[in-house]
Amino acid sequence: MSASTRKLFANELEERLDELLFASTSHRSAKGISEGLEKLAREQQERVLHWVGVAAQSYAEIGYLVAALGPRALARLDAAGFEAWVLAGLEAYDREGGQAAMRLLRDLDAFCAARAQSAARLGDLEARLGRFLQGLSGRPLALAAAATAHTDTETVFLPAQLAALPTARDNRRLYRAMAALLWAQTRHGTFGSAGSDVAAAFARWPERARAQRWFAVLEAIRLEAVLGAELPGLAAEIARLRGPWPARLLPAVARLAHPDAAVSRTLTFLEEIMAGEDEPPQLPHAGAIDLEAALRVRAARIARESETVRRALSTLKGFGGRQGAGEDAPALNVEGGRVALSLDGEIVALPPEAQAAAQSLLQDLGEVPPECLVPAGPGAWQPTPRQGGGEDALTGHRQPHARYDEWDYRRRAYRRGWCHLFEVELPPGDPGYVAKVGLRNTAAIRDIRRRFELLRGEDRLLGRQPEGEEIDLDALVDAAADRRAGAEASGRLYVRRVRRERSLAAMFMVDMSGSTQGWVNDAERESLVMLCEALERLGDAYAIYGFSGWTRTRCDIYPVKRFDERYDATVRGRIAAIEAKDYTRMGVAVRHLTRLLEAQPARHKLLVTLSDGRPDDFGDEYRGHYGIEDTRRALQEAHERGVRSYCVTIDRHGADYLPRLYGPARYTVLDDARKLPLKIADIYRRLAS
Amino acid sequence: MKFPTSLAPELARIEREPYYQPVGDEVALFESAQRRRLPVLLKGPTGCGKTRFVEYMAWRLQRPLVTVACHDDLTTADLVGRYLIVGNETVWVDGPLAAAVRAGAICYLDEIVEARKDTTVVIHPLADNRRLLAIDKRGELVAAPDDFMLVISYNPGYQSVLKEIKPSTRQRFVALEFDYPEATIEAGIVAQEGSVDAETARRLVKLGELTRNLKGAGLDEGASTRLLVHAAQLIADGVEPATACTAAIARALSDDPEMTGTLDDLVHAVF
Repeated sequence: MSASTRKLFANELEERLDELLFASTSHRSAKGISEGLEKLAREQQERVLHWVGVAAQSYAEIGYLVAALGPRALARLDAAGFEAWVLAGLEAYDREGGQAAMRLLRDLDAFCAARAQSAARLGDLEARLGRFLQGLSGRPLALAAAATAHTDTETVFLPAQLAALPTARDNRRLYRAMAALLWAQTRHGTFGSAGSDVAAAFARWPERARAQRWFAVLEAIRLEAVLGAELPGLAAEIARLRGPWPARLLPAVARLAHPDAAVSRTLTFLEEIMAGEDEPPQLPHAGAIDLEAALRVRAARIARESETVRRALSTLKGFGGRQGAGEDAPALNVEGGRVALSLDGEIVALPPEAQAAAQSLLQDLGEVPPECLVPAGPGAWQPTPRQGGGEDALTGHRQPHARYDEWDYRRRAYRRGWCHLFEVELPPGDPGYVAKVGLRNTAAIRDIRRRFELLRGEDRLLGRQPEGEEIDLDALVDAAADRRAGAEASGRLYVRRVRRERSLAAMFMVDMSGSTQGWVNDAERESLVMLCEALERLGDAYAIYGFSGWTRTRCDIYPVKRFDERYDATVRGRIAAIEAKDYTRMGVAVRHLTRLLEAQPARHKLLVTLSDGRPDDFGDEYRGHYGIEDTRRALQEAHERGVRSYCVTIDRHGADYLPRLYGPARYTVLDDARKLPLKIADIYRRLAS
Repeated sequence: MKFPTSLAPELARIEREPYYQPVGDEVALFESAQRRRLPVLLKGPTGCGKTRFVEYMAWRLQRPLVTVACHDDLTTADLVGRYLIVGNETVWVDGPLAAAVRAGAICYLDEIVEARKDTTVVIHPLADNRRLLAIDKRGELVAAPDDFMLVISYNPGYQSVLKEIKPSTRQRFVALEFDYPEATIEAGIVAQEGSVDAETARRLVKLGELTRNLKGAGLDEGASTRLLVHAAQLIADGVEPATACTAAIARALSDDPEMTGTLDDLVHAVF
């Protein structure tokens, strides 16, 4: 038997495991585990060891668990299944932490059952379901995983995994049915409307939990019929997935399954049921109802939105000297889903925020309550203040502007929503900086201006065309001469004007990591001054963003010049303010800037990175291979979205990793940062002409 | 052999009444503008009936209609005309705009923002009280007869800054705003144009509404009335409704597999 296929013995395994789990805080010996692994074939042993290593990178305890459960897992799962099992554990770790991950990994039975029965997973369907719900109603509903399906009227909670039905296809449909019924709860008055107070009804029953269970079942019956009026396809699918109603629900079905039944009818029926002792039957497609949570969230929303409408009204009333006529209460007209306000006999449109609020109120209450129509006290119209903003930029309590996935090459999978991205405003820097740089480089700047003016796209006349707006006299004379001479005359007798369009948008991504401190930073700033001069001449759309950060929860992007901003004093001040900050988590910056670049209408899109080294971040995780692989993946994603990338670096070791990141001939390594300002315009000219 | 020194395109009149369902006072406004010789700007999303409205008005006013679909290489010569060479002579050929002006027709420039910026300038003197078309190559100024009417359209839904209409152009026009009609009217249109029963039409309109909710959430535009009519026509031809909607609506709206998945879900929710 050759060395590479021979089984590893327990002592060898123990050595390898000790190596992989060295960082483990537990002092458990790997001895017991290695004995378990000894029985496996070499290929399987290597598979387990590989994934132990991967898992231990996130959390050593998970690695330990993978090693311990590996033989059992492999006995029941194929290679892909084993991989999925470890990845599910790691995803749980990313999302909910170590305890959840261990619980998931230990529950091998549940995992195998789910996998064997081809369960559907919420993670796979989330985006699609989210858009489905948004399609059903204009008001966005968030989706989240929870143990039981329910809704608090702003978020629809669904189980992370569904395996109630035999095929994955049906389980996916079941997800859709559940989500639609929960949406229907928020849309069709389950939590009360102007006419019926559900909370008051429930206050009558001491067995609140049982009442809620019944309520959920009865509402599922009613809402299915209500849905059927507008969305017959969906209702038919729900009916197919649930199968026939249990016999003891038939009286309820007879009473509640009407397309125009309101929640009051359910409550009346519930009253009769609560007189008895029965428990409701289990329905796989009907979610639970958490009345407290729903009413709380709903009341907060109604208060918030009433306030928005009222504040909007107060400005409208004040507008145009209508203050005095305030005695006439305004009236709302609801037509075709739009809310218009008639104020002293005039139709007035609400501001968009208030319009959305009024429609949301309509969904919750079936009307815009009269108390909303009393304008708030004096004060300018201002929608509900939002979180965020510059002042608490570093407190850590702020909401990220976006979350981005990150590629983990060891897992060969994305870590979902892993990086928290913040756009941070740069404080204005020295207003005279750009002028000073200009003075120092007068000759170079003049040269750049001249050369780039030549490059600018102008209309061009093409002669000797088969058609065009004017006659090409030269061609005509030639043709006449040819004809006289008995030769065949050309038909290409026209001049056509063609536009030489420079449809290019360029994004410059500037490294603001700590290592740029000193002359690298100076070189970057000077280069940007040169670039702006060049690009202003050329007329290409361009933007400049700095990036830096400190771990995945604080990836900062500093707008220096956005696409729609002009190269003015503010932008000049921001160029001066670029300074060395923290680390270089590059993947997330590439992803964010790609998204911004993608929104540009230009035909060609270019992402140019100015950097002084390889991707890096605080802690060991992003350093080295991981960071390079994530950045490479981000650049690939950019390429798929039609963004071409290029890198200018002054890292002398750049030649080692840059070909892997950008591909050959897509980067430039400068040996001296001081050359950057002089070279950058030329580099851009090469790229963009 | 004798050559004509000028060629003029034939202008056709619309013989049969095009189907058009008025939604507001647009017919009266258009007729007023025509009487007062004011140019008209139609704005609204794609497929909401702008072109059909112009056809209907041309029929109603008994004027020939010249339609030009503007594109980004449309030049002034494409509108006004050019010299062609026939044998040893140059012959002037009127472009569609010049032909319409001479004939006192309705000239409809569809999606005007798509045309090159310089072309919009030739319509300026036509669109104010001068009502003149300058043909510089011939040194000719053509005064528009009273019957001539200029109509342009554009879709304000495009987010691109390049596709905005200049204020100097837009401020010459009477603007009529179009949108997808209200559900019952739209259902009537879909039933009539697509020859389907009222219930099918109602469901198609519902589907249209659901897709319009996704505008801005992955879709640039929801399903237009035109798409709904297409789906209806397929259904009337015997195609199974869900299949017809998938082909005529879901696939027509998006290429993104994620998004078409969602659209399929919506189709199946309605059918």
